[in-house]
Amino acid sequence: MSESEPPITIYRLQACPFCERVVRTLTELDIDYRSRYIEPMHSERNVVKRVTGVRTVPAIVDRNTGVTMAESANIVEYLEQTYGDHGGQ
Amino acid sequence: MVEFDVVDLGPADHPTDGDHAPDFTRPLVNTEFWENVSLSTLYEDAPVLLLFHPMDGAFPATYLWNELRERDIDDRDRIQTVGLSISTPYAHKQLIESRDIDARLFSDPSNEVAEQYGIAHDLDGMAGISEPRPATFLIDEAGVIRHAWVGSEWPSFPDYDEIEAAIEAL
Repeated sequence: MSESEPPITIYRLQACPFCERVVRTLTELDIDYRSRYIEPMHSERNVVKRVTGVRTVPAIVDRNTGVTMAESANIVEYLEQTYGDHGGQ
Repeated sequence: MVEFDVVDLGPADHPTDGDHAPDFTRPLVNTEFWENVSLSTLYEDAPVLLLFHPMDGAFPATYLWNELRERDIDDRDRIQTVGLSISTPYAHKQLIESRDIDARLFSDPSNEVAEQYGIAHDLDGMAGISEPRPATFLIDEAGVIRHAWVGSEWPSFPDYDEIEAAIEAL
């Protein structure tokens, strides 16, 4: 949309704890992201299905790496490995 | 005009033809999701028809979108039609589905955008609820308002022929 468009898009559901977990990781790693909110009803989640192949959230699209991913544990692990401080813990 | 009493809303101090459209960022709802979008990122792509309307579910909102759909104004190639009301993104998604709307809708429960445009309207008998007056702004790629209309009566509807003429004149 604009030149400042963040590389990572997160598909999320309002108040979903698994989504918040990913958002917390993004914040901790100081990664810019864009939020796309979807509907709670699974049948209404076509955009996520199209993007990731499943209807679960959270899901992320990382334009830096071309990675698309669902499942919060996998996403957190991916973010930490890709953007975390490897030299640290 | 039909035979019923309309309420006079008095003059509004709003931006008009030739003025720069005040920018804002609000969740913009499409058929699938919503995300924060600014008005300026929209009009930089193509001219925008911005329609302020009463909350989703009120008959003026229904009539407005039915008429726009009948005339295909919400589905023009050259312009982007976007609505704005104080309704939540969830309500917007329902309206888009139930009225088969080919447009996206901004959600502004705080009514701050209407304040910014000088068209806020306190609803009598609904304590604490303020919403925009019915209003339409046609905005070109430079962000300049090419056609402005703000309702001065309640209820009131835009002149759709005028809107179509303004779109043709872009």
